[in-house]
Amino acid sequence: MSWGTLRNSGQERELFKRRSFVAIIAIILLTGVLVGRFYYLQIIEHETYATISDRNRLQVQPVPPTRGLIHDRNGVLLAENRPVFSLTVIPEQVSDMDALIEEIRGIVQVRPEDVESFQRRLGERRRPFEPVPLRYHLSESEMARLAVNRHSLPGVETEARLVRYYPYGRLTAHVLGYVGRINEQDASRIDQVAYAGTHYIGKTGLERVYEEELHGEVGYQNVETNARGRVMRVLEREDPTPGRDLTLSLDIRLQQVAHEALGDRRGAIVAINPETGGLLAQVSTPGFDTNKFVTGIDHENYSELRDSLDKPLFNRATRGQYPPGSTIKPMMALAGLASDTVTQSDVVHDPGYYKLPNSSQVFRNWKRGGHGDTTLYDAIVLSSDTYFYKMAYEMGGAEMADYLEHFGFGSVTSLDVSDERAGILPGPQWKRRVHGEPWYPGDSVNMGIGQGYFLSTPMQLAATTSVIANRGARRPPRHLRYIDGDIPARHLLPDVVRPPVEMGEKSDWEYVINAMEDVVHGSNGTARGISPGLNYRMAGKTGTSQVFSLEGEEYDEDEVAERMRDHALFVAFAPADDPEIVVSVLVENGGSGSATAAPVARQVMDAWINGFPEVLTNQAIPGAMENNGPSGRDPQ
Amino acid sequence: MSGGFLRQITIESDELQRRGSWMSRLHLDPWLLLLLSLIMGGGLVVLYSAGENGMAIVQSQALRIGVGLLVMLVFAQLDPMLYRRWSPWLYMLGVIALVLVLLFGAGAQGAQRWLALPGGLPRVQPSEFMKLGVPLMVAWFLGRMSLPPRLLSTLMVLGVIALPGALIIAQPDLGTAVLVIAAGLAVLFLAGLSWKLIMLMVAAGGASIPVLWLFVMRDYQKERVLTLLNPGSDPLGAGWNITQSKAAIGSGGLHGKGWGEGTQSHLDFLPESHTDFIMAVLAEEFGFVGVTVLLVLYALTVIRCLYIASVAQSSFSRLLSGGLAIIFFMYVVVNVAMVSGLMPVVGVPLPLVSFGGTSIVTLLAGFGILMAVHTHRRMLES
Repeated sequence: MSWGTLRNSGQERELFKRRSFVAIIAIILLTGVLVGRFYYLQIIEHETYATISDRNRLQVQPVPPTRGLIHDRNGVLLAENRPVFSLTVIPEQVSDMDALIEEIRGIVQVRPEDVESFQRRLGERRRPFEPVPLRYHLSESEMARLAVNRHSLPGVETEARLVRYYPYGRLTAHVLGYVGRINEQDASRIDQVAYAGTHYIGKTGLERVYEEELHGEVGYQNVETNARGRVMRVLEREDPTPGRDLTLSLDIRLQQVAHEALGDRRGAIVAINPETGGLLAQVSTPGFDTNKFVTGIDHENYSELRDSLDKPLFNRATRGQYPPGSTIKPMMALAGLASDTVTQSDVVHDPGYYKLPNSSQVFRNWKRGGHGDTTLYDAIVLSSDTYFYKMAYEMGGAEMADYLEHFGFGSVTSLDVSDERAGILPGPQWKRRVHGEPWYPGDSVNMGIGQGYFLSTPMQLAATTSVIANRGARRPPRHLRYIDGDIPARHLLPDVVRPPVEMGEKSDWEYVINAMEDVVHGSNGTARGISPGLNYRMAGKTGTSQVFSLEGEEYDEDEVAERMRDHALFVAFAPADDPEIVVSVLVENGGSGSATAAPVARQVMDAWINGFPEVLTNQAIPGAMENNGPSGRDPQ
Repeated sequence: MSGGFLRQITIESDELQRRGSWMSRLHLDPWLLLLLSLIMGGGLVVLYSAGENGMAIVQSQALRIGVGLLVMLVFAQLDPMLYRRWSPWLYMLGVIALVLVLLFGAGAQGAQRWLALPGGLPRVQPSEFMKLGVPLMVAWFLGRMSLPPRLLSTLMVLGVIALPGALIIAQPDLGTAVLVIAAGLAVLFLAGLSWKLIMLMVAAGGASIPVLWLFVMRDYQKERVLTLLNPGSDPLGAGWNITQSKAAIGSGGLHGKGWGEGTQSHLDFLPESHTDFIMAVLAEEFGFVGVTVLLVLYALTVIRCLYIASVAQSSFSRLLSGGLAIIFFMYVVVNVAMVSGLMPVVGVPLPLVSFGGTSIVTLLAGFGILMAVHTHRRMLES
């Protein structure tokens, strides 16, 4: 012992025991503190922390509904949902996006357009940790290569998603429209809850009109996720309600016939079943492939479509507004008879022009030298402008507008066509309101032959012509026929009652219709060129719509640049005594209605009345013919 | 008095040792071994649930426990006299190693903690070794004098503690330094450090907090303290660990979610679930009941150790055993307080339960020394 020689072992032991006792007290106290702390966390605050823990792992995920299908009248699929394998990236899990894209490029083909679309989607509104698609339509070998390399690509996943597909994309472009990714603008007008989990929304056409029905109702599932957001298991699920299937009046075969009849010309065809108003065909050419728009069209393709001189994105059938020209003469004739401005037997001398009383202004007939003495009947068959100039002058703008309004001019005629335009039904009131100018007698004269301020769409011309075909009954055009296969569409369509057009005597209507039949079948009819071989009675009316007016001057069509030529128009229905189909045809810059538009209309009518060519019934539309006759029509 | 009489007295005084005579021959303390086995066995059960690989991690840990028990057995065979004789040399070796660490050490994240040994030997962490080295040295120093120590001796002891403490702070490794210093102070406390001085040191410690904050603590350490005070300030960043740990503990409730049913750990919300935060796994799956059982087992272990210390026959043995017992409990308190959000996050594993080899072997070595102290008494007396 070097220090402390005076050691007292017993005393030291006592000291140590006292200190140990203090230490044991401290240990018991500290253990008590710790137990108390856990008591506080686990017993007192249990609910709070249980909630935090549950909120960590439990998430409610929306389950998007499957979009409803669209069929034509024979059950042919026009819009379906196809599983598409796509490569997606979760941006939150990627540190260097450019490097990752480069690495992916070494495995699957990624075009610069894909990257461009991807960058755009990155910038769009989206939920955190939501995968952003980079490449769609992966092939099986690409899927396999990705599976092999997946471990080295954090944040990269492949997923199968149902993507809208239009088997007849180009044919149905302007009818169905298309769906596209929900953008900021869409987001502001939709119910965010109902669209949780939905990626696509109807942008144009019927896809937009029937968005609510096609979309369905969102479902939910409670899932347990780990800290990295991966779903470990599904705890509870409320299935979504799929969207409703739509059956249209459209016959895709007729649509195809109409499309082919127009060929590569710019134009529009609308075909209606006058009995129901069901649209049998609605074509605007050139069309475009809507499938390109579904997953997001790239800039280059889009600008090509947008900037094309032929305006393929423009729906000429419903949004193209053209002077209706002579196609309104049948309605105008009924107005003249009903207002007692003229009678069926009045004769007007047509010297080839009309001169307003007390004025030097001359309005030319399309035929130099005129048609000589003409009745109203002749004036329709020969399409005499002079007769209608005189009648219009005598009726006046206000009265003409009153009568024509009943047919549907100047307003949207259809029930479920998106963005249909109303055209312009001019008149003194309209002119004062819009132009702030008085109505001149010359305005009436121009209006009498569907020129001047008068504008109408091919849809409207078909609708107004079907009023004639129905002898006054108005059946507004509509696409929707059935919902979910067999539920009549009636309650989904706007509840609009269009009172029948009651003007003149019944004989007046037959008088006008007979004249229209002679337009086609008569030896002098303007559309007599299409009559050879016709095995049914067709009533029609040609029209020519001036692109610009060359007042008082002669001009040669050939000298006018192609795009300055008149638009060719033709409206018709058949069979004349019990019409099954009404057709309106517009060919932009087609020249004359009789030479260009009427033959197109005949092709469409032939197909509907006499049956479709074998090629179409068997090849183009597989499985379409099971329960229907060759023309695929039934009473509705 | 003959040796035989003394031997008989001692044997009679320890019923347990007589009953487990094979244990006494192996120099093991049955009570301590039972408590340690319960803690480590329970730890393996929790680890099975906390680890991602199930059995693999349990086997690995069981192997470490086996090595640790072997070390304990070896240490238990050594005469406490031996430890006393080696204490100053071990201490000096440790201090030299700490100096070498500062000069040639390797490490990570701006701190040098490891010393590479030549010839392919595993690298060592001298600061870890000093957790035993300092209490050994202090016990040796105080064991040579009459207690309570006088002021001069106390100051010398403080110097003995402060030297390695300062060297470890310089690495810098504040957490380990605090534990090493605390180990020395625990021995000093048991040796009868006057209450006046204790109060003075507590006051000095309080006063030094601003100094530590301004000059010693690193930014990440300050951040941990701030996070403790307000975990909501950055719940996804620095506060993540403590928020998730508290959620795991609190959601366990009274009975827990059941073994293997802890969502916080199994869904990876709880970080370090098999190492520093394993207490939260226990709390989540076995609830308040499980936590209380483990804490009571720890307390009983420490009390058994203090009993061993109190019946030890030399001043050195007493001080060393008592010191080791208090240090052991300190580890428990620091880890559990950290996991339950009472203390800043410091890298202290839960003794005998957290996954990790070094900690278990060091701890069982300490318990080996305690058993040696307890089972070599007869030889010491005779």
